[in-house]
Amino acid sequence: MSDQGPFYHRDRSWHPPAFTPQYKTSVLRSPRYPLLSLDNTISEMTGPVFSHDAIGPLDNDLIRNYARTGEPIGPRIVVYGRVLDENARPVPGALLEFWQANAGGRYRHRKESYLAPLDPNFGGCGRTITDQEGRYWFRTIKPGPYPWPNGVNDWRPAHIHFSVFGHAFAQRLITQMYFEGDPMIWQCPIVSTIPDKAAVEQLIAALDRNNAIPMDALAYKFDIVLRGRRSTPFENRMEGN
Amino acid sequence: MVQKLGQLKETPSQTAGPYVHIGTTPNWAGIAGVWKEDLGLGLVGPETRGERILVKGRILDGGGTPLKDALVEIWQADAEGLYNSPQERRGRADPHFAGWGRQPVDGTTGEYRFETVKPGRVPYRDGRLMAPHITFWIVARGINIGLHTRMYFADEESANAECPVLARIEHKVRVPTLIAPRAVENGLPTYTFDIRLQGEKETVFFDI
Repeated sequence: MSDQGPFYHRDRSWHPPAFTPQYKTSVLRSPRYPLLSLDNTISEMTGPVFSHDAIGPLDNDLIRNYARTGEPIGPRIVVYGRVLDENARPVPGALLEFWQANAGGRYRHRKESYLAPLDPNFGGCGRTITDQEGRYWFRTIKPGPYPWPNGVNDWRPAHIHFSVFGHAFAQRLITQMYFEGDPMIWQCPIVSTIPDKAAVEQLIAALDRNNAIPMDALAYKFDIVLRGRRSTPFENRMEGN
Repeated sequence: MVQKLGQLKETPSQTAGPYVHIGTTPNWAGIAGVWKEDLGLGLVGPETRGERILVKGRILDGGGTPLKDALVEIWQADAEGLYNSPQERRGRADPHFAGWGRQPVDGTTGEYRFETVKPGRVPYRDGRLMAPHITFWIVARGINIGLHTRMYFADEESANAECPVLARIEHKVRVPTLIAPRAVENGLPTYTFDIRLQGEKETVFFDI
């Protein structure tokens, strides 16, 4: 296992910068001093571990985990993929948490003000842990787009939020998954905080007809890449290579 | 022909948005019955070793207004300076100490609070000891990529003075942005760590 080396430096030109005026909330919430570059220490190279025991049987089933009087409304989908590191090695035991709006584009949150209705059978949150090959999957309802108070008429494309714990605090990541073919992706001020088109495309899940469940659910494939670790030269070989 | 390295690119970060608590602390957000308890709300139990402390503070934007939709996570060594992680090879950490905590800021006051223990010292990459510290990670609406910082302890003056990470900060006037003053609140030693996202006293954030 090459799990002891420090992590590759984060490519900050691939991630969105902190200050992105088209996304207005970032203006007052973006640090202006340069970040202090720091070699990874043990404080960043370690991280919490989450046991499979912490996960309940319905935690990766958003169609059933909040349903009370029936099934939630909307297109049923399966989202699946792998968590890999930048060396293309699978990341087993990664905790993924996800949250989303319902099919009408409404979040279950007391501060949500969009007039689309709440779905009484949809909570909008789930979680899972990757298996030994780094694989994960969950079942949900495809979220709807919704308007938000940024510009006068800004809308978010359909998306699912992901929070990812890999093996170290340095790998901690929150991101959003978008859906193949959605024209609204390219009009969104939050998506466009990402400077590189290829980086945006990395967030667009592919529609996978082959893995759709006939007469039940469409499938979308979304692989997630966490930071890779440098190999540690160990005696006369590169550990992990 | 030059060989290709075959490396992938890290998945780009996106803002956690205003509703990060739906997915990370659903019970706290009022979504009951999906799972029994939210992760990370408690770090310590009755058997945890070390000095009990309270760490609290607010996250202030460039206008001086506290964020009310942020999520704060902390990661720290136990009282002996060991991390509760499989990557920790120096010894076995206190099994009664999680080392990781997660708290939403209060929706009205913007304050976060962690009951934890004071961490021991852990080594820098060259073996010198760093001063006791807690690693912070902050996400919220408007923060495009999670912010890493550290909290140090004001009553650790000599350790802080020799900490190789604090020594890396060229602008010495910024060092105090990482050091939390100590007081006593309800009999518990309490460190207040306000995090400023912008302005003259902007907290030092790390690119790790």
